[in-house]
Amino acid sequence: MSVLDDLAVKAGDDDVVCGVPARFVAAPASTEEAAALIAAARDLTVVIRGGGTKIQQGPPPRDLDLIIDTRRLAGVVEHAAGDLITVVRAGTPMAELHALPGQQLALDAPPTATAGGAVSANASGPRRLRYGTARDLLIGVTVVRPDGRIARAGGKVVKNVAGYDLGKLYTGAQGTLGLITECVFRLHPVPLDTAFVRATAPPTAVARILAAQLAPSAVEIDAGPGAPPEIAVLVEGTEEGVRDRAAALARLLDGEVTDLPPSWWDTPPWPPGGLGVKLTGVLSAVPALVKAVIAAGGTIRGSAATGVLHAGFPSGAPAGIPGVVGALRAAATRAEGHAVVLTAPDGTLDGLDMWGPVPGLELMRRVKDQFDPDHRFAPGRFVGGI
Amino acid sequence: MGIDALAVRLRAEMGPNQVLTDRQQLRTYECDGLAHYRVIPALVALPHTAAEVAAVVRACAGAGVPFVARGSGTGLSGGALPHAEGVLIVTSQLREILSLRPEDERAVVQPGVINLQVSTVSKEHGYYYAPDPSSQQICSIGGNVAENAGGAHCLKYGFTTNHVTGLEVVTPDGDRVRLGGAAPDTPGYDLLGAFVGSEGTLGVATEVTVRLTRLPETVRTLLAAFHGTDQAGAATSAIIAAGVVPAAIEMMDALSIEAAEAAVHCGYPAGAGAVLIVELDGPSAEVAAQFDEVTRLCDANGAFETRVAADDDERQLIWRGRKSAFAAVGRISPDYIVQDGVIPRTALPEVLRRIDEVASSHGVRVANVFHAGDGNLHPLVLFDARVPGEEGRAETVSGAIIDLCIEYGGSITGEHGVGVEKAHYMPRMFTDTDLDTMQLVRCAFDPGGLANPGKIFPTPRLCGERPGRRTGPHPLQESGVAEIF
Repeated sequence: MSVLDDLAVKAGDDDVVCGVPARFVAAPASTEEAAALIAAARDLTVVIRGGGTKIQQGPPPRDLDLIIDTRRLAGVVEHAAGDLITVVRAGTPMAELHALPGQQLALDAPPTATAGGAVSANASGPRRLRYGTARDLLIGVTVVRPDGRIARAGGKVVKNVAGYDLGKLYTGAQGTLGLITECVFRLHPVPLDTAFVRATAPPTAVARILAAQLAPSAVEIDAGPGAPPEIAVLVEGTEEGVRDRAAALARLLDGEVTDLPPSWWDTPPWPPGGLGVKLTGVLSAVPALVKAVIAAGGTIRGSAATGVLHAGFPSGAPAGIPGVVGALRAAATRAEGHAVVLTAPDGTLDGLDMWGPVPGLELMRRVKDQFDPDHRFAPGRFVGGI
Repeated sequence: MGIDALAVRLRAEMGPNQVLTDRQQLRTYECDGLAHYRVIPALVALPHTAAEVAAVVRACAGAGVPFVARGSGTGLSGGALPHAEGVLIVTSQLREILSLRPEDERAVVQPGVINLQVSTVSKEHGYYYAPDPSSQQICSIGGNVAENAGGAHCLKYGFTTNHVTGLEVVTPDGDRVRLGGAAPDTPGYDLLGAFVGSEGTLGVATEVTVRLTRLPETVRTLLAAFHGTDQAGAATSAIIAAGVVPAAIEMMDALSIEAAEAAVHCGYPAGAGAVLIVELDGPSAEVAAQFDEVTRLCDANGAFETRVAADDDERQLIWRGRKSAFAAVGRISPDYIVQDGVIPRTALPEVLRRIDEVASSHGVRVANVFHAGDGNLHPLVLFDARVPGEEGRAETVSGAIIDLCIEYGGSITGEHGVGVEKAHYMPRMFTDTDLDTMQLVRCAFDPGGLANPGKIFPTPRLCGERPGRRTGPHPLQESGVAEIF
């Protein structure tokens, strides 16, 4: 009996990735077990699944034998509060990380998402303005390579330049280079106080916020057809500091200070079954991106002070989708950024390039060839058909 | 093609003055900031443009000649140590700021641009470039990218890798490739993240897009004097535990204070066994509240004197002692080794005691000056090369300190890089498979192994080998060509 026989069970009705059913599912409970599993699964194509919150993003796999489910590979291994770090297994739900006493992994991801999934997708949300993304918060990583070998990079200290930063390479790699089994994160103190400032204002007002030296933790916008655009700002810090800064922001934007964010905060602007596109651009081009999305009939929402936004379109009219994506991609290119299709209505993905053009693709292919020469991990799900 | 033919070709492509082969001229480049390693390169190329860098690399690739890139040469781990049969590509002539875009919080610079210059030109627009290595007045952005340079303000602001959004690199094949861009989150593998800190082993950066950071409304700097490092360490922990993330927390022990006083007369409190420099920056209201808390915590942990810089001049004076500490040690010791290890912050008191024990037992002195907030130690191991045996003892102590860093779960380098100096320590921190996994990246970028060979990794590797599947001695070792450290 191999580990594969021990661990893998026949896939059920829900074990489907973008319409492609898997044959087996296996849920290893340790790095060593995962390594044995992957070594035994050498002839199988693999997709890794954590909490499943982003599993439907990206093109369908070309082929799918085995889903490796990480949810048994869970738990906080270490929380060194004095060193502001935590070591967690990859399948640990973000809810556990959101509940660390006195400290936080300052990464906006749904409670049911897993730490490893958040890293694989390079998750980020409103607070990326202050804390960065998964790539900035991950300081160490343990992975099982597609050949079944266990490798570690980075470590448990923030300042560390020993060897290549492989954590960066695995961040956002969407499971195409192997399985992340353990993550070491840099933590931040939970702020003593927070406040939100909300205002009806055009995206051009974001530049005034950035010029004001008030150090917001997040600046989010929400704009769509037929409604006035909104800005919501998060400030965090000491009680006195937050009070002063929130008041200054409210004056600047002619807005109001509130305890809670608006209902649209950190939520995608697309309905189930709709079209969702991640748009990036330089800061000065954010107003133009907003205009392009509204002109195409969509809603745009996101981190206006970092240039990372999401556009959402209602379901229906699938025939127009290539045109909409083309228009958004052209706007993103003018903004020196990218337009990545995250989700699209059923039946519209054929022939749609979800990732768009990427610089350095040839080097990326060479990296993939080195790590996964047989192209078994998430085949076809990444940029350029990787 | 031999070096002579390569020289002819490069002179024809770039112009005669940009190719050096005269031995006296080559000697100028025989080392970087780690001066006890010296190698004279076979040829020095002085390109003026990215296209010329690509031409040099392409010529090297065609001839099978190794190449090493060098910026200002301030590196402290021998990362830019030349290769005796190779070409040294000096990027200091590529020193133009190509665009300054405060509205996008970006600047695009050539690799030879000096770090501090980016902040200087950004300042009038209300911005600066956050990574500030102590050598920021002379080090280049290209070198910063290669080494993932840090500095005193990393604790709050991060390292070079957090402030570079785009690169143009010349790959070891001689191709010019863009990684990342001006906007964040470029799709695909984060090759930019892998390239930054790869110490010149994946290619040469020819254009760097950096993130500019808004100048803080207020900066406040505190000097706190303690009787010993234990108390200063406890104050550091208390500040972090209170939820304060200062822009910097720096510590100096008695010996480094003595050296700094001798050199720059910084006027630190008399009788201090340790000083902490704590700097807070940000919105005025925030800084004011946190500054009171930091002062209180220093007092509560035994500070016998605290001083607050009243203006920028006083702030510079406080920092002058810290920033001059390495050079100042020359006043109290003819020779010294600068070590660069990292430990978890909470282990500071214990590790400092053990460093002291190791130093005493070998009869050498160690001055400690370091980034206390992130546990990045810079022990200065003092010796006199004229005294027989002393240099060897200093090297032993220096190595023992690195072993301590590994024992406590830290790192062999926090900001200086592995270079040639610490390549043999890598297997103590990483397993064979860990190192082989790094080689997968190397082989993707540089299958011929021509980019800065002999750095970072302890043994030569060939990309034809399947990493981790080799048993027995390395073929090059067996044939007597190479040596395993």
